[in-house]
Amino acid sequence: MMTTTSISETPAETGEPDQKARATRSGGGFARYVAVRLVLIIPTVFILVSMVFILMRLIGDPITAALGGKLPPDQLQERIHAAGYDRPIIVQYLEYLGQVLTGNFGSTISTNKPVSEVILTYGAATLELVVYSLVVAFIVGVPLGMLAAYLRDKWPDAVLRVTAILFYATPIFFAGLLLKLIFAVWLNILPVNGRASIGASIELGNVSSPTNIYLIDAFRTGNSEVIGDVLLHAVLPGIALGLLTAGIFLRLIRLNVIGTLGQDYVDAARSRGVKELRLVRKHAYKPALVPIITVIGLQIALLLGGAVLTETVFEWRGLGYALVEFLKARDFVAVQGIVTLLAVIVAVTNFVVDIVAAIIDPRVRY
Amino acid sequence: MSSVLALKPGWVSRLPVVKQVKQSVGWQRGMLITGLAIIGLFILTAIFAPLVAPYGYSQLLDKNGYFDHAAPPGGAHLLGTTVGGYDVLSRVIWGSQTALLVIIIAVTLSIFAGVLLGLISGYFGGWFDRILVVIADAVYAFPSLLLAIVMSIVISGGQSSLIGGLLSASISITVVFIPQYFRVVRAETVRMKAEAFVESAKVIGASNRRVMFRHVLRNSTRTLPLILTLNASEAIMTLAALGFLGFGIEPTSAAEWGYDLNKSIADVAAGIWWTAVFPGVAIVLVVLGVTLVGESMNDLADPRLRTRHRALSSGAATGEVDKLEEDL
Repeated sequence: MMTTTSISETPAETGEPDQKARATRSGGGFARYVAVRLVLIIPTVFILVSMVFILMRLIGDPITAALGGKLPPDQLQERIHAAGYDRPIIVQYLEYLGQVLTGNFGSTISTNKPVSEVILTYGAATLELVVYSLVVAFIVGVPLGMLAAYLRDKWPDAVLRVTAILFYATPIFFAGLLLKLIFAVWLNILPVNGRASIGASIELGNVSSPTNIYLIDAFRTGNSEVIGDVLLHAVLPGIALGLLTAGIFLRLIRLNVIGTLGQDYVDAARSRGVKELRLVRKHAYKPALVPIITVIGLQIALLLGGAVLTETVFEWRGLGYALVEFLKARDFVAVQGIVTLLAVIVAVTNFVVDIVAAIIDPRVRY
Repeated sequence: MSSVLALKPGWVSRLPVVKQVKQSVGWQRGMLITGLAIIGLFILTAIFAPLVAPYGYSQLLDKNGYFDHAAPPGGAHLLGTTVGGYDVLSRVIWGSQTALLVIIIAVTLSIFAGVLLGLISGYFGGWFDRILVVIADAVYAFPSLLLAIVMSIVISGGQSSLIGGLLSASISITVVFIPQYFRVVRAETVRMKAEAFVESAKVIGASNRRVMFRHVLRNSTRTLPLILTLNASEAIMTLAALGFLGFGIEPTSAAEWGYDLNKSIADVAAGIWWTAVFPGVAIVLVVLGVTLVGESMNDLADPRLRTRHRALSSGAATGEVDKLEEDL
């Protein structure tokens, strides 16, 4: 059972003490908990979305920002009028809220494509990168964290803890540059950047109705060379983005495994003569995984920010890469759409994580 | 009143790091001292940059003519020169000044704004409090780097002079940090408000302002030094990330590590490693120093962590219980 969950480092944060009290009094049914969380997420999303709108409008209207100085004033005015940016700001705001609800963010100024289409194309690439980085974080962070807990306060533990701090202290873009320098330039065993080599890209382009998640598309081509090529391109970006999270997982797993190792049932197993390593692997490990789920939720904001940096280092054509390009082109319609989407993703992820945590560990529900 | 005075020396003696160094044992002490040494070196470098750096941050030539472009480390340029012809060592040294300034401005601004808002919000409560809490939560949930990028564009249009660049980077970081201070101080204020000494101060007729700043504030700031160390490292990271994405300070206005790393993306592919490695190592070192100090202070100052250690050592089979007890 999961009732033996240990020290979670993330205190539940509802902010509204009276809500807690009410939930406790009524026994805290699961449906009620979900409902309360759902109600709480609405103002968060609303404020995020409004904040993006206000900030973007502080810069001025998007047409002038993008094309000011490039077009004669009368043409500029014409385009501003055609796009409706000369209407009262409150009308534009309400229209924008409507756009957010329907998922239609207008068209980019620089490339004149629907923002939603841009988001779908690039979003798949970012999703792929984030998944790779989580895989790296699990592969590196979880076993090392267990090892550190097993060898607690011995020198490997100290080394691992310092490693975790180093992972944390290294900016993602510097880690990316170093990896690129070592493995792509000096050792020349991995590609320098991009998501696939030219040959593979062409073949991926031939897939009917591509998902733009290259690994899935590569499997659909059935060509093992393309699959290999796509995977090779994913190694360095995945590691660069994953190491930070790996460091956080390492510390968390270590702390939690040490915590569960002190539980009664582990003591009982130990007194029956179960070996220490087996205790760590079989008994203490599973409950220690639960807080990881909560942490992944908290990591999403960090991972998305990190994805912007990783994609810039490796020219990984995802949302972050697109965002920087649009920022440089001063195309604030596209920027507004992408930033809004990312903010909403973070808010929704936090909601889902809260619910999952409540399913796994009923104590969270109050 | 008297309880405030009684708490005051404890609060002050918590601030100097000397106490933590005395309190620490074993490799934890090593971590703390290493961190302090790195921070000390960083601050000294920043202050004495004009004396230490062999050249100016935007200097392209000396009496022997223009510097070589992309010269490898060695000779007149200890860490080499960039493709643009700047001296890498000088830019790394001058970069510490920019980083320190941004940390100081960002952390000071966010403490002021965060503490003030948290205090007022927690003390008076009501709808104002509720609105601020919801906004703070929303800002907290926003991917911080994105917020900083958007803020820096709003403030300076993306690229700027020294003062403009410093301020826009600092304010962008400040906006990200305010909710953290706000939350902590507000929670403490709400707790303090119910304490007897606050009640009695009100009873004898102290004004709201006096109660807030004399009685509540002084008792609500215990955890701030810890958040401060965490934020200092985050401030460097954010500054560097902004520079790396091209929203930083122009090279003719100041040296900035993130900007130099941005310029080195192309160099790395060509095998020019020194333009990337040295500014990067500078960032890692400073963040490492601040993090080491922050971690150690956190372990030493947090009573919950201490009890946790004690609880753990009872179940530990490693036979190092004595050492742990000593640790406490």
